Order: sequence, then C-alpha cells, then structure tokens
Amino acid sequence: MAVNEEVLVETKGLSKSYGSDVVAVDKLDLTVRRGEVYGFLGPNGAGKTTTLRMLVGLIRPTSGTASVLGLPPGHPDGLVRVGALIESPAFYPHLSGQDNLRVLARYAGVTKTSIEGALETVDLAGRARDKFSTYSLGMKQRLGMAAALLKDPELLILDEPTNGLDPAGLADMRELIRTLGSGERTVLLSSHQLGEVEQICDRVGVISAGRLIAEDTVEELRGGGYLLVTASPLHLAQQRADQLLGPEWVTATDLALRLDVDAESAGRINRELVNAGVEVTELRWVERTLEEVFLQMTNQKGDDGDS
Amino acid sequence: MIPSFSAEVLKLYKRPAAWVLLGVALALSLVFNYLVPYAGYLNAENERAAEQILAGMRMANLIPNSIAGFPVFAGALALILGAMTVGSEYGWETFKTVLIQRPRRLSVFAGQVLALAAAVLTIVLVIFAAGALTSYAIAVIQSEAIQWPSLVDVARGIASGWLILMMWCLFGAMLAFVFRGLALPIGLGVVWILGIETLIVTVAANLLDSAKTLEKGLPGVNAGSLVAALGGAVDGTPGVNNTVGGTQAALVLAAYALVFIVVGGLVLQRRDVV
Repeated sequence: MAVNEEVLVETKGLSKSYGSDVVAVDKLDLTVRRGEVYGFLGPNGAGKTTTLRMLVGLIRPTSGTASVLGLPPGHPDGLVRVGALIESPAFYPHLSGQDNLRVLARYAGVTKTSIEGALETVDLAGRARDKFSTYSLGMKQRLGMAAALLKDPELLILDEPTNGLDPAGLADMRELIRTLGSGERTVLLSSHQLGEVEQICDRVGVISAGRLIAEDTVEELRGGGYLLVTASPLHLAQQRADQLLGPEWVTATDLALRLDVDAESAGRINRELVNAGVEVTELRWVERTLEEVFLQMTNQKGDDGDS
Repeated sequence: MIPSFSAEVLKLYKRPAAWVLLGVALALSLVFNYLVPYAGYLNAENERAAEQILAGMRMANLIPNSIAGFPVFAGALALILGAMTVGSEYGWETFKTVLIQRPRRLSVFAGQVLALAAAVLTIVLVIFAAGALTSYAIAVIQSEAIQWPSLVDVARGIASGWLILMMWCLFGAMLAFVFRGLALPIGLGVVWILGIETLIVTVAANLLDSAKTLEKGLPGVNAGSLVAALGGAVDGTPGVNNTVGGTQAALVLAAYALVFIVVGGLVLQRRDVV
C-alpha cells in the first residue's frame, strides 16, 4: 500500500433522486486517495451501486459534482484509466470468455496481449475458450475482474465482487483484491460484507439511506476495544472495578465483566483484583468489530449484513 | 468510432442468431423466387404458361426477384436483426460493461449503426449472389443464353434493397433503444410491418381521404413502391405497390432511416443506463 494525499475520486453533495419520492443518494461527500483500498460499506439498498454508477458515468447525478482522476465521470480519458465491475458481471453469453474480452479490448483500444495477462491474473486461462453461458458464478465474477484489469487501470471500482461466491471463491477473490491493491493501484470496493471490508480495506466510508455517515480508517472507526474479565466471585470483582474505574466504565454480563478501558490497564486491574481477593480466571483484550460499529451507526438489528 | 465498429462486427459475426436470420432471408428468397416457380414451370399446363414462369426466373429479372420480398418478409427479418442487436445489450445488461470501457455513448451508437449497415449489405449481396447463381444454373439447364442486367442497374438494385432493409433494421434498433429490451420491439415492429400498414392501406385508406394521404408516407408502402420502380411485380407480390414514384420512395425511406438514427442516438445519449 502506498497511499498519498492525491485525491482520485471526489464527490461533493452528490445526489440522485428518482421522481420526487425516492432519494437513492443524498448529498454524498466522498474522497478516495491514490494507493488506498477504500471500502464503501453499507446495507443493501443504501445507495452504493447508484453512487458507483454515477462515478463511471452510467447514470447522471440529480445534483452535486463528482470527479474521477480529475475528470468528469464517464469521460473517455478517465475511463481508460479505470477498471470497473459494477453489480453482477454482464457479458455476451454466446461468446467465449476470451472473445468477450476481445470485444471489450476493442472498445477500450487496448492490445490483444493484455487479454492473456488479465485471464492469467484471475486464473481463468484454462477455460477462456468456453462460452460465457457455461461459466459458474465464480468464473463469471473472475471474468468480470479480468475485464476490469484489461486496461491495467490506476483505479479499480469493484461493486460487491464477492457476491454469490462459495467460501473458496470468496477467499480467492479477497486475496486477489488484496494483491491488486497492494501496489500503486487504488481500489474502491463496495460491499455489505463487514468482514471483507475489515480484512481488505485501509479506509472505509459508511453509507446508510443514501448518506455518508462516517469515513475513516478501519482502526479509527472501530475505536479500540475493551477488557473482558472472568472472575470469581463476580460481585466482588465488580465492586472493586467500580471503585477503581467508576461504574460507568464497568458492565456486568452473566459470567464476566466488560471494562471500557485501554489495553495498557490490564496489568494494574489484574493486580488490584487479585489483591482484593478475587480469583481472575481470564482477562483479555477484545477488539470491537466493524460489525458492532456498523450496526450501531446504521441502527440495524444484526442479520442484514454478513460479517 | 472505428474501435466500436470493430467490436460490434466481432459480436455480430460470432452471433449464431445473425447467421440464422441471414439463412432464413436467403432461403425465403430462393424458395419463393426460384424453387417454387421452377416446380410450377415443370408442372405447367401449357407451353405459354411455362415460358412465362421461366421468364420470371431469368437473369434479366435478377433485381426485382432479389428485392421483391424486402418490403415485408426480409424487412421483418432486418427489423429483428436491429432490435436483437440493440435489445440484447439491455437484456444482458452489457451496455454497462461496454460503456465503462472507454468509448463515448455516441461512438458506441455509431459503431452499432455501421455494423448493422455492413450486416444488411451482406444480406443483400448474398441474396443477389444466390439469385444470380440460381438464374445462371437454370439458364444452363435450359440451354439458354444469359442476358445480364447492366452493372448500373445491379448497383441501383443493391443500393435500393439495402435502403429498404436498413430502414427496417434501424426501425427495430430504435424501438429497442426506446423500450430498452428485445421482445416488445420485435413484437411491435413485426405487427407494424405485417398488420398495421396493411390495415391502413386496405381498410382506412378506402374510407378516409386523410388515410389515403397518410398511406403515401408509410415506410412499408414506400419500400414497396421502390421495389415496383425497379421492376417488381405489383400484382401478387406482398407489399409491392406503385403508390408513389421511385425517387420519392427512396427519399422517404432515407428520411425514415435518418429519423430512426436521431431518435435512437438521443435516447442512448440522454438516458441513464441502469
């Protein structure tokens, strides 16, 4: 990863409405910097795909502005430096994977040699001559990635690239995205899979109901963690913890205490509890997951997004 | 525009349905212009009838024979070709894949129109070539001398045939852009060619003066008139008529083609691709 401050994608007050009732994207301010893997996180229907479609010029914003590589969305000089996979991969079913890429290479004005390279990168060279209609979902996604890589783009825009993949395909695709984003290339990855974003992305923008509600690094968004203490007797441990930290930082669960302190306090707290006659059987630092943060931000109940 | 044209040609060349349409157009032309008449010739009741049928299959009639089916049957196939080429891009959602590569929307559109023009020209040339070969074979079998039409007439016939089919093809493409799909444009287009124009000409035009005036501006009527101007038989050939003159017919067809291009281009340029 080689992030610098050069902004590759920027939106200001970007909005898209359908009729007078449906606001798909609402005054979105988004910034993606060169070299980073940016996670665009949001539940289904939050406006992720609409935003990405606007960034590649497929749909026009109702208001606001956007620039991609310093150019208006959809500008040919910008598009030739952008590789994109928007929603499900769409190709010509009667053509082979290779012929599909030949067609796209002609549109993009790139040489035939880049086709083989792209197919090798996504590990599809062995089935390149088979018709697209015979491909499994995983192969279709990989062909979509190959198409996105044809132009050796500076910026990759990937919209839910792991949708519908089996666990093995999922791991392969994540590894591929991680590899692609490890150099100078910038990746804008839209996903509702929190674990995926957590594993792959440097920075995350969280969108809900068309609005960007947070934008920061994964670490900053998670905002640290807490100490989990399993001890006996628990009531005595809680009493001592309340005295030490203040009751607002101590939460008792059925079998343990959750202490909202920093990780460095662990040794001191352990010593104090033992001195107070408490038997500490477990004391460990627990990182908050992005899922907890995400659900808190989007006010969801939990089973909408995978983690 | 050249990269888009090249990509569109590759797609059409590799599409089995395009070859099926060419095959059907060719088969219709050969069966109804040569095979069925030749069977009629062999079973003719008298020599005069036989000679009349044979005359219709001679090389001198290559042009009207080749384009006789263009106003209706080959026209419907050309309409399907246009609707299929554009409508499938919506059905398969491949417009989004294409438009994020590099080209401007109008470059993609121009590439499609040019590729369709080339495909339609191929259909016309194949039908003419097959007709010429069949006439030649019949002349050899009958041990007759061959009277070739002039090159200028052949060129005029090919150009007129191309104009008729291209107009219908662009009609199909425009409908596909407007309705963003495949089935409805084909259905509406074919109903127009085979049904609505016939109703206007045979029913409405006999009852209303305004319909009679309207008739002269209909695409199918003008296509039929252009065929008639090049020697097509008015009696007994579906769609062929002498309602207007050849020059007017050609101009009206060109105007329709232009309108279909403008509407199709505007729709692609202005609408969101979802």
